[in-house]
Amino acid sequence: MAALSLLLLPVLAIAASTGGWVRLPGGNFRSALKYEDRNLVRVTPFQLMETAVTNVDFLAFVKRHPDWRRGKAPAVFAEARYLQHWAGPTTLGPKALPNQPVVNVSWFAADAYCKAQGARLPTWNEWEYAAAADETRTDARKDPVWRERILGWYARPSKAALPRVGLQAANAYGVRDLHGLVWEWTGDAGSLLVDVDNRKQGDVDKAKFCGAGALSMGDRDNYAVLMRVAMLSSLEAGDVTANLGFRCAI
Amino acid sequence: MGRLITHFALALALLLSPLAGTAQTPPLPSDSIYQLDARMTDQGGRTTTLAARRGRVQLVSMFYTSCRYICPLIIDSGLAIEKQLTPAEKTRLGVTLVSMDPKRDGADALMRVASRRKLDLTRWTLLAPKPGDVRTIAGMLGIRYRELADGEFNHTSALVLLDAQGRILARTEKMSGTPDPEFVSAVRKALAAR
Repeated sequence: MAALSLLLLPVLAIAASTGGWVRLPGGNFRSALKYEDRNLVRVTPFQLMETAVTNVDFLAFVKRHPDWRRGKAPAVFAEARYLQHWAGPTTLGPKALPNQPVVNVSWFAADAYCKAQGARLPTWNEWEYAAAADETRTDARKDPVWRERILGWYARPSKAALPRVGLQAANAYGVRDLHGLVWEWTGDAGSLLVDVDNRKQGDVDKAKFCGAGALSMGDRDNYAVLMRVAMLSSLEAGDVTANLGFRCAI
Repeated sequence: MGRLITHFALALALLLSPLAGTAQTPPLPSDSIYQLDARMTDQGGRTTTLAARRGRVQLVSMFYTSCRYICPLIIDSGLAIEKQLTPAEKTRLGVTLVSMDPKRDGADALMRVASRRKLDLTRWTLLAPKPGDVRTIAGMLGIRYRELADGEFNHTSALVLLDAQGRILARTEKMSGTPDPEFVSAVRKALAAR
């Protein structure tokens, strides 16, 4: 019992300041990516933030951790455009409303935020598993109507101001905004390799093991996943973009 | 007499080093990978940091000891670059290989590779970071990797050239016994800079 309450306490503490946490049961999952070493991905039970981390959440973090303030964070961990839409290092201002998802954050900053909450960034497999659900089904990926809806978001111009988090209905697991709001970092974004490989040189058979094999798509119709992967694989960990945020997992 | 002078010089260095370590060391540049504050273990089982390499131009890469194909090539590439340098240049260059598989690469495994490859441990260092820091180090070096079900890793291979302050000057992804001439000249230039 004591152990149980120890486990629950940090979770409750975080739930108060964000949209809360959602438990996902996990299981065997067929990724839209084709891994050469496995057919099904085993996702163990985990918790994911219901909504993406917001500006006000991130503001609280940089207030407690001055090393992560804009202008203070080492350039090696966050490029020059880090939090550039904020009015100041500890001021949100008109371009960063409190409940909008925080964007312009590097992988290093997102990783540090989650660690500071006693959490971590989700893996790509966890993210993809959670994002396969629509409002009623845990795996809606085969439904062309749902696919079209997601693609509709990707086709939208990205200049419009970001909506605030949590406006969309929760998916079957209770998680919101996995599609239709921002791109999201994963902890293993640096494991996603598309079209970057070492196989163009030397002995192909040798390079296959230790050389970086590019992932290929097992499900070519799943453009939404393909775009996510292509985007994450094109980023360095210090990069930021105006449409890229994150949420944490435990 | 020679020994006495050595002792004297050593004592002097010891006396002066606290000063050099505090008041006289300028702050790290913001874009230095030595900004990472993470403890790791070297091939001798000693606790160290990446920043302990500060002051010497470095070639840095990532590898893992059970890797059969590309990783030996990474070491070959480092050795091949050294071969292009004069003895004086060589002494000023450090080579640091960081394991992406610290669960299996303890000091013993690192030392076995160092011995088998006859690496000069006055200049080469093999490091095992904590598992939670591997992704961060790879991120700083721009190296991508993924652990496979069988314990092997898919990874990009790169040699990254750092100046004495840990800033990235150049990188090469050409892993072979004949080094990329452009990269070698970048190494030479870095070693010439004082």
